[in-house]
Amino acid sequence: MTDATELRRRTKELLAAHPPADTDRLDFLRARFDAGLAWVHFPEGLGGLGAPRSLQAVVDAELEAAGAPDNDPRRIGIGLGMAAPTILQYGTQEQKRRFLKPLWTGEEVWCQLFSEPGAGSDLAALGTRAVREGEEWVVNGQKVWTSSAHLARWAILIARTDPDAPKHRGITYFVCDMTDPGVEVRPLRQITGEAEFNEVFLTDVRIPDAHRLGEVGDGWRVAQTTLNNERVAIGGMRLPREGGMIGPVAKTWRERPELRTHDLHQRLLKLWVEAEVARLTGERLRQQLVAGQPGPEGAGMKLAFARLNQEISGLEVELRGEEGLLYDDWTMRRPELVDFTGRDAGYRYLRSKGNSIEGGTSEVLLNIVAERVLGLPAEPRTDKDVAWKDLAR
Amino acid sequence: MSDLLYSEEEEALRAAVRDLLTDHCDAAGVIARTESDTPHDLSLWKALADGMGLAGLLVPEDRGGQGATHREAAVVLEELGRAVAPVPYLTSAVVATEALLACGDAGDLLAELASGRRIGALAVGLHTAPGAAFTTVRLESGALHGELTGIADAAVADVLLVPADDGGLYAVEAGTATVTPQVSLDLTRPVARVTLDGAPGRRLGDAETAVPRALRAGAGLLASEQLGSAEWSLTETVGYLKDRKQFNRPVGGFQALKHRLAQLWLEIVSLRAAARGAADALATGEDTGVAVTVAQAYAAPVAVRAAEEALQLHGGIGMTWEHPVHLHLKRAKADSIAYGTAGAHREALAELVDLRAP
Repeated sequence: MTDATELRRRTKELLAAHPPADTDRLDFLRARFDAGLAWVHFPEGLGGLGAPRSLQAVVDAELEAAGAPDNDPRRIGIGLGMAAPTILQYGTQEQKRRFLKPLWTGEEVWCQLFSEPGAGSDLAALGTRAVREGEEWVVNGQKVWTSSAHLARWAILIARTDPDAPKHRGITYFVCDMTDPGVEVRPLRQITGEAEFNEVFLTDVRIPDAHRLGEVGDGWRVAQTTLNNERVAIGGMRLPREGGMIGPVAKTWRERPELRTHDLHQRLLKLWVEAEVARLTGERLRQQLVAGQPGPEGAGMKLAFARLNQEISGLEVELRGEEGLLYDDWTMRRPELVDFTGRDAGYRYLRSKGNSIEGGTSEVLLNIVAERVLGLPAEPRTDKDVAWKDLAR
Repeated sequence: MSDLLYSEEEEALRAAVRDLLTDHCDAAGVIARTESDTPHDLSLWKALADGMGLAGLLVPEDRGGQGATHREAAVVLEELGRAVAPVPYLTSAVVATEALLACGDAGDLLAELASGRRIGALAVGLHTAPGAAFTTVRLESGALHGELTGIADAAVADVLLVPADDGGLYAVEAGTATVTPQVSLDLTRPVARVTLDGAPGRRLGDAETAVPRALRAGAGLLASEQLGSAEWSLTETVGYLKDRKQFNRPVGGFQALKHRLAQLWLEIVSLRAAARGAADALATGEDTGVAVTVAQAYAAPVAVRAAEEALQLHGGIGMTWEHPVHLHLKRAKADSIAYGTAGAHREALAELVDLRAP
């Protein structure tokens, strides 16, 4: 068993062999991966040491103290948070060796080709077709809400391989090469004025069968791994007090007494309490994970943060009074990151509207909590045993 | 960062208390008792205090207690809240005990309360927030005169801790005062009027320090009791809606109701974190002010909503005297006033975190 002492020893060894000050950033990251210190809970040879996930913090702290470069995790969140756990669980040995290292170092950016114009909350209804031709699959269809598609080298893709099977059973999971000439990426401009996301058109894209993840027809189950990890990634950020959206509002309140009204004061205090309680709830969830007692609470965190972000940013626009009538910049841009704090209140208000839609709408998440946590009966379903091709659309 | 989990010992304590309450505190019995002359269950109190030693959790061992902390007391309160148990735990083993812990001259009283042999009640209206002004009685030639109302569990108290106009906190034997039960919204934690007409009192210490400390502990740990009650409301309602059929299907399968219950679940999960945060802060003495005000500003509305949702989603049966949901509704609503309303705690928070009023 690799314990904290052993991890510290290995980290010091890495730092001695590759002093961050004299080592190229990418060389250092590759060496860190090879030393098993990238994600310690991954297996040996794949960037990890099979150690408990909670010990990653030990390595990160040592490396940060030594001024070592990191892999800019926010830029490659989809790869780290969604593609990697799925490849680890369902990939062949060859796929793991090919994809995980450049994914972790950030040399290869990943995106996710899941949602379609006709398949949002009902993702399993997706219609992008993959047809087998010898050792290849030919893919045609349209995907939407794809962040990083314009930067990505690879995509995780789910497509329909058997239209005669019921919708959950005819899906297969692939790794798609984003440089294939049949892949066309178009920016999708959103209400904030910029385009974080893309539409992706797939026309006769050819994917080798060796880039299939999991069995043919088993893609829905594989996708569950991806989606569960997405919700963990969205809900699981660690925050200090006033670390979220409430921070800029509280700061404005303290610095600008002329903006204060009694009504805003009551609402601000109520939201401050709710933000602090949400922070404690997230902290409690993390303590449970570290103690090896994962609870169902994670499902709720995304719900809580979506509502809070929306209410707090809405209050912030009002608090700003005349300035609330303005907006910082409507220019169509392609940001690499979503940065809630680098922009004005109006941007936060508009962008947070997506928090209750992206990664599962709040309505769908409430269904999941009701059915999987509380054990309440599922909605009567009319689509379960019907061939996908016969579904209403 | 505070420890927001339950330790193995705390879980064992919870299991023991729950077993006792399952055997000795069923809802029908509690309802019947509310209409008797003895709404409090003193044999249950004896089992908790005498049998299990739980009245002395906050008292150090060398002063006759168990030397545990607010974390363990909070776990006991979760279970008492779940059962709406009519025992003076919060009032005697937490609030009166905290007041005595703050007093220099508590004498044997602390050990007597810790053992559960005697029950104490702080004679400050239950609605009073920590730090708020409270009513005092007159001290005249060594005897106390005056009237205090809204005193929770005073009807079963052996000794009253009474603030007087000289700034002192006095121990008054209940037998020397007139204690008149007031018809109370909360049937299981009724309040009473205390009239002192020249009652002798023994000065324990300074009311200005003892009372706020006692009320702060009461407010912080009340959140755990509210958590227990809210959990009861959710569990009971989920169980009922799985079973209850209308329109040829379980009512719990309708999305409109599922979403309400999922939302309530989320609020209760959040309340648990806030309540554990307050209990841990009271135990360690770190960040107590913010942790307690946050917990109490959040807890009361959640507990009230949980009971209100339970009543509505039970339909007609929830409106009957026979079904225990009303015990929780009455407790939760009264508790939204107890030790300060959510609004009073938010107001206190405004000072603590420098978000001042216009």
